[in-house]
Amino acid sequence: MTQTAPPPTPVVVPPSATVPGRAVPTSPPRREGPAKLTGQAKYADDLVFPGAWYGATIRSTEPHARLLGIDLDDAFDWKRVVVVIAEDIPGENVVSLIDDDQPALVAIGGEIRHQAEPLALLAAPDPATLREARRHISVRSEPLPAVFDPLEATQEFAHFSVGRGDAEAGFAQADVVITGEYRVGHQEQLYIENQAMIGVPRDDGGITVHGSLQCPYYIHKALKRALSLTDAQAVVVQCETGGGFGGKEEYPSMIAVHAALLARKCGKPVRMIYDRHEDLSATTKRHPAIMRHRTGVTRDGQLVAQEIEVIMDGGAYCTLTPVVLSRGVLHAAGPYRCDNVRITGRAMATNTPPNGAFRGFGAPQTEFAAEMQVNRIAEALDISPLELRRRWVYREGDVTPTGQVLRESVGGIDVLEAAAADVGFEQALSRPRPNDGRVASGIGLALAWHGAGFTGSGEVHLASVASLELTDDGRIRILTASTEMGQGTKTIFPQLVADALGVEYDEVDIAPQDTSFVPDSGPTVASRTAMVVGGLLIRAAQRLRSQVEERTGRPFASSYREVGAMRVDERFEPYPGVAFDDETYTGDAYPAYGWACAVVQVDVDLDTGEVAVRDCVSADDVGRVIHPILAEGQVEGGTLQAIGYATIEEIKLRDGRYLNDRLATYLIPTALDAPRIRSILVEKPFSGSPHGAKGVGELPMDVAAPAVVAAIHDATGVWIHDLPATPERILAALAGTQPPPPPGISAGPDGGSVANRALPTEGSDPAPDARTDPQPFRAPTDPDEDWKHRR
Amino acid sequence: MSIRLRVNGDAVELEVPGMRRLLDVLREDLGLTGTKEGCGEGECGACSVLLDGAVVDSCLVPVCQVAGSDVLTVEGLAHEDRLNVLQAAFLETGGAQCGICTPGMLMAGEAFLASGARPTDEGIREAIAGNLCRCTGYTKIIDAIALAAQRLEA
Repeated sequence: MTQTAPPPTPVVVPPSATVPGRAVPTSPPRREGPAKLTGQAKYADDLVFPGAWYGATIRSTEPHARLLGIDLDDAFDWKRVVVVIAEDIPGENVVSLIDDDQPALVAIGGEIRHQAEPLALLAAPDPATLREARRHISVRSEPLPAVFDPLEATQEFAHFSVGRGDAEAGFAQADVVITGEYRVGHQEQLYIENQAMIGVPRDDGGITVHGSLQCPYYIHKALKRALSLTDAQAVVVQCETGGGFGGKEEYPSMIAVHAALLARKCGKPVRMIYDRHEDLSATTKRHPAIMRHRTGVTRDGQLVAQEIEVIMDGGAYCTLTPVVLSRGVLHAAGPYRCDNVRITGRAMATNTPPNGAFRGFGAPQTEFAAEMQVNRIAEALDISPLELRRRWVYREGDVTPTGQVLRESVGGIDVLEAAAADVGFEQALSRPRPNDGRVASGIGLALAWHGAGFTGSGEVHLASVASLELTDDGRIRILTASTEMGQGTKTIFPQLVADALGVEYDEVDIAPQDTSFVPDSGPTVASRTAMVVGGLLIRAAQRLRSQVEERTGRPFASSYREVGAMRVDERFEPYPGVAFDDETYTGDAYPAYGWACAVVQVDVDLDTGEVAVRDCVSADDVGRVIHPILAEGQVEGGTLQAIGYATIEEIKLRDGRYLNDRLATYLIPTALDAPRIRSILVEKPFSGSPHGAKGVGELPMDVAAPAVVAAIHDATGVWIHDLPATPERILAALAGTQPPPPPGISAGPDGGSVANRALPTEGSDPAPDARTDPQPFRAPTDPDEDWKHRR
Repeated sequence: MSIRLRVNGDAVELEVPGMRRLLDVLREDLGLTGTKEGCGEGECGACSVLLDGAVVDSCLVPVCQVAGSDVLTVEGLAHEDRLNVLQAAFLETGGAQCGICTPGMLMAGEAFLASGARPTDEGIREAIAGNLCRCTGYTKIIDAIALAAQRLEA
């Protein structure tokens, strides 16, 4: 340590206190908080279905192969279990959101495209029989050449090109041209509740699934298609959900289809509860990406040209990749005014498990690179990184690369000044930072923007519906498919509705997220719930209120209990004056943007390369704040995920398989790794939503990682271009030696840095017996396993 | 084997294999599903319970080791319909988001409060270092524990 630590002082921060970085507490308690705090909240694995069977997935162990057969060993009595293979699927063998490329199960003769691909399903009355059965099932396949490097891949999922002005003319005006290549790897969402889904046969021949999920209607659609069910026969019910962060947007559809197929075949409820190993091995991650920048500036610090290339690794199937790439491209230039911009992006297919949604959805990758570039330019021009951003950041009336005029709610400069003032950034820069030769301290700053809601015309195509009803027993009830996964849906919706109706918070109920009786209010993604669905509910409440008051001639609050059953449905209408052209990729890419600035202080151990993040403040303009404590919670949690992304979270691969596929080897920040994160909420309301909210979930995820790397540079003088900035990368940069291989790229079968391969071999941590135990349970061995799941 | 222990103050007698995980005994034999499984290998702390006052990962404890012991789970914290001081502080500060780490976090917090240690930021971080939270960034959890400590002292 470079400074003597002061004696510890008690932290006592009463929630009623107004302290710097804390919004005024007007927040009602979390609606489902008491149930969570007493252990009464029911997550999927807590539910008991008498007579339920246990399901398992048999997966590939090859990154690319032809499936020749699935062999059932005669030594086992197969009448004790059920086995489902592709030909048992009654409907279409596909789990799809955009492209129909991904099967629920690879068919015999079909192509295996990654190491964790589902090939067959098993269900048994108890876990011991399930294990025994899976030891007697084996997979025959014929290896095919595999591709692991998106730069060498030939199959493209999507490409985009965005720009305005004339980049080459811009570069002609530039005094200085700075280039940079930045790479980021996979990141795991690491919700603490693993993926879980229970399929239950229905009397009408359909299936009800209960599970941990973000998007009930995505799963509803997937079930109908794969099992040939009607709307009414497919029912999806969300259980209490222990975190999602995007990881439960899409993959739950696959698990739900699997659970439903097994339940249909055995005629009993089937539990598909992933353990951590299976969850880490098989489910989607943040896309690895490569960003190449070329930026032209004048000597006096004007930004005159940006040329940016983005390459994302989509993994083996399309999933949501085109939309992730789109958001990445649209945010790639950062929140800066530039008249000459050209951005191109492509997403490529590799033989690795598919990548998908994760908080930020493409923007954390590309904005990391954008901010690295700005900080490096500030250094090259010898201008403070704060001052440079003051000059460049978008103001009202500025035009984005898609030609969008930013008419209102442009809080970039506000968050920049708020965060910088909070820590005294300029003063800190003017003082020497402690460095005793063993530990060096540094400070760094970054700025970000995040488009609120779906990209382009996404919301128009979705046409979401939210409903409000008066029940015949005189209650007010909210009906949406928007899920609570910790972010606060079940609290802010009643707040907004109570406010619009002029009643108390506790008078408003919220219906369970069950597709048999809530409308499709769209997926709970893209930070859209507060802004879009919350806006629909306010409009519904306004209509309900005027209808009731018209009928009773009295104020709503004192008369609604008398009117009996009544319901209003509110459908999304495009925000006025907001239009996007999907063909040319021009226009209003988002109805509004959130803005965030993070300032981070680190200590870097010069002997070990270890980074300790000592302090972090994040100022976020999220539009009108609905619930300060919940909003701060989003900022603080998103910031720590970004700090993890910057420092320790890295998936290593060999031969297309994730090596650190356990919680002992994939690390996330603990309380001791985390600084005391402070959040400053800045409010620049968006007039298009009735309450002015813009969304908060993803924004903080975009900004802290480049601030951490800037602070590491300030401490050490070295720039780390690849995330995470691990001790290995920092020490190599300090010593000027060969850096570790770039993140996100699979090593060859021999562990060398060969990106692609011709022949398969084993390779995992710990090595499985690939032939007989394709997806072993990794929990500690329990000799009494017969008892393990008896209920 | 036959095992006697106390769970949340109640005497319990079980006929179970000795190596059965305490976590499974709680969740499946006793129906106390408030204690969660996050990793099954002692990394995440979601299954934390108090064993004679000490925080343990119940996924790593064979039930034969707890014979004669007192086990406290999240279900044992509230007094009838009232949240205890720490639970109420979590509700007030926003210490629980998705709630899956919350039962374990509460047990680690209870052990810290019982230790009588001064509620410093560093001390509380140390006390919950074995409990992973992916939602909060820990700030509001630490605030909750500090607030509860202050109220218990008052």
